[in-house]
Amino acid sequence: MNDIAPPAALTAANYKSAYKPIWCPGCGDFSVLSSVTKALAKVQVPPHEVVVVSGIGCSSRIPAYTSCYGFHGVHGRALAAGTGLKVARPELTVIVAGGDGDGYSIGGNHFLHACRRNVDLTYIVMDNHVYGMTKGQASPTTEPDWDNKLSPGGTGIRSFHPLVIALASGANFVARAFAGDPNGTAEIIAAGIRRPGFSFIEILSPCITFRPEQREWKQYAHPAPVGPTDDPARAARRIMTDDGFNIGILYAGDRKPYPTQAAEHPASPAELETEFEL
Amino acid sequence: MSPVPKSGGSAATPPTPNAPGTLDEFMAQAWAMEMEAVQRYSDFADAMETHNNLEVAAMFRTMAQYEGKHAVQILEEMGWTEPPRLPEANFAWPGFEAPETASFDDVHYLMQPWHALQLALAAEERAERFFGEIVRVATVESVRSAARELQAEEREHVALVKAWIEKVVKPDPDWANDPDPARYTD
Repeated sequence: MNDIAPPAALTAANYKSAYKPIWCPGCGDFSVLSSVTKALAKVQVPPHEVVVVSGIGCSSRIPAYTSCYGFHGVHGRALAAGTGLKVARPELTVIVAGGDGDGYSIGGNHFLHACRRNVDLTYIVMDNHVYGMTKGQASPTTEPDWDNKLSPGGTGIRSFHPLVIALASGANFVARAFAGDPNGTAEIIAAGIRRPGFSFIEILSPCITFRPEQREWKQYAHPAPVGPTDDPARAARRIMTDDGFNIGILYAGDRKPYPTQAAEHPASPAELETEFEL
Repeated sequence: MSPVPKSGGSAATPPTPNAPGTLDEFMAQAWAMEMEAVQRYSDFADAMETHNNLEVAAMFRTMAQYEGKHAVQILEEMGWTEPPRLPEANFAWPGFEAPETASFDDVHYLMQPWHALQLALAAEERAERFFGEIVRVATVESVRSAARELQAEEREHVALVKAWIEKVVKPDPDWANDPDPARYTD
């Protein structure tokens, strides 16, 4: 007879660390953190089997605020680190997170190829259309006419469209979420984690310090009127023609993920040292 | 313009909440509403502590405690010894979030107790309206009766917060001025 009590269900609180975020009060990233912890509680994967990998920027501080394993990497390289980790340790749930500058500019090339490879990762981008940590420079998703001291009259450069780029590059799951909808965002993140392959989730996460006008996003965001499609052409048409505030899973495909294979005999630290000895 | 806008739902706000089919379902939803408020006020308190706005942090911590007590009251009234199992799908709130939850962006690092109380007042008023709508649309008498009780409680909370607001100093118009701001505008 087995008298060991079944483990209690994990709650969102189990995935939060004791560190308090240093984000500006009112930042959308607080809400995204809440969504990530709620999503992990939905999928019930224990914190020690989850790794949150990030790059550089305000949003890339997120691994420290979870109780999961974390890797705060170099600028733009979060996907490269996350890909290597997942291939080496496929039994782990790997979440890669960052901002629009880290993901679409410094890490833009990694973004394309991560979508193309379709490794079983969940990539969360907290998009606020600005480089907040370095005090408000235009990012790849900044509107071309955003007028500020650092880009007077606006950059005049067309905004990057991450969702359609992800779809065209081969991401198996493409979704848009909004920080003001933390419960809906948690559902989307949970669906992304459960979906095999590369899941890309763009979260509109307002920067109330450098883009205070983004407080109005909550007036614009709305649930997608129709459910996800598995037809890339239909998804592309929807993504290209929507108003940019269409919230939900927009594409859920069935591409086979990049194959990974767990090491049968994980190397000991001593064996690894020998392997990498110069 | 104040950098702390009035809390509000989204443009996609449905006009009326769905009527819960059973008393258990309704009270689980009411419990979830309180717990979401606890979480948000706790997040606000953490953020204010980090930014050394300790007076407002303490106020948000107190609000979280109040909402936590309301959640415990619900458990006790229902005779539940542990939190109710919530449905996999999200509750259909009249907006993106539960009515008693202040929007994540309704705060400012220089905000004062008066602002925090305005935020709480708006949340309590939304909760009162929510339960009023449930009273209106409920088809099960036990649900309607419980909603009526909770609406009355929220009305009391509205009055308490209004009385509290009378006791705090109303901020100067330039309360958000920071001589060393994160964002330079000139």
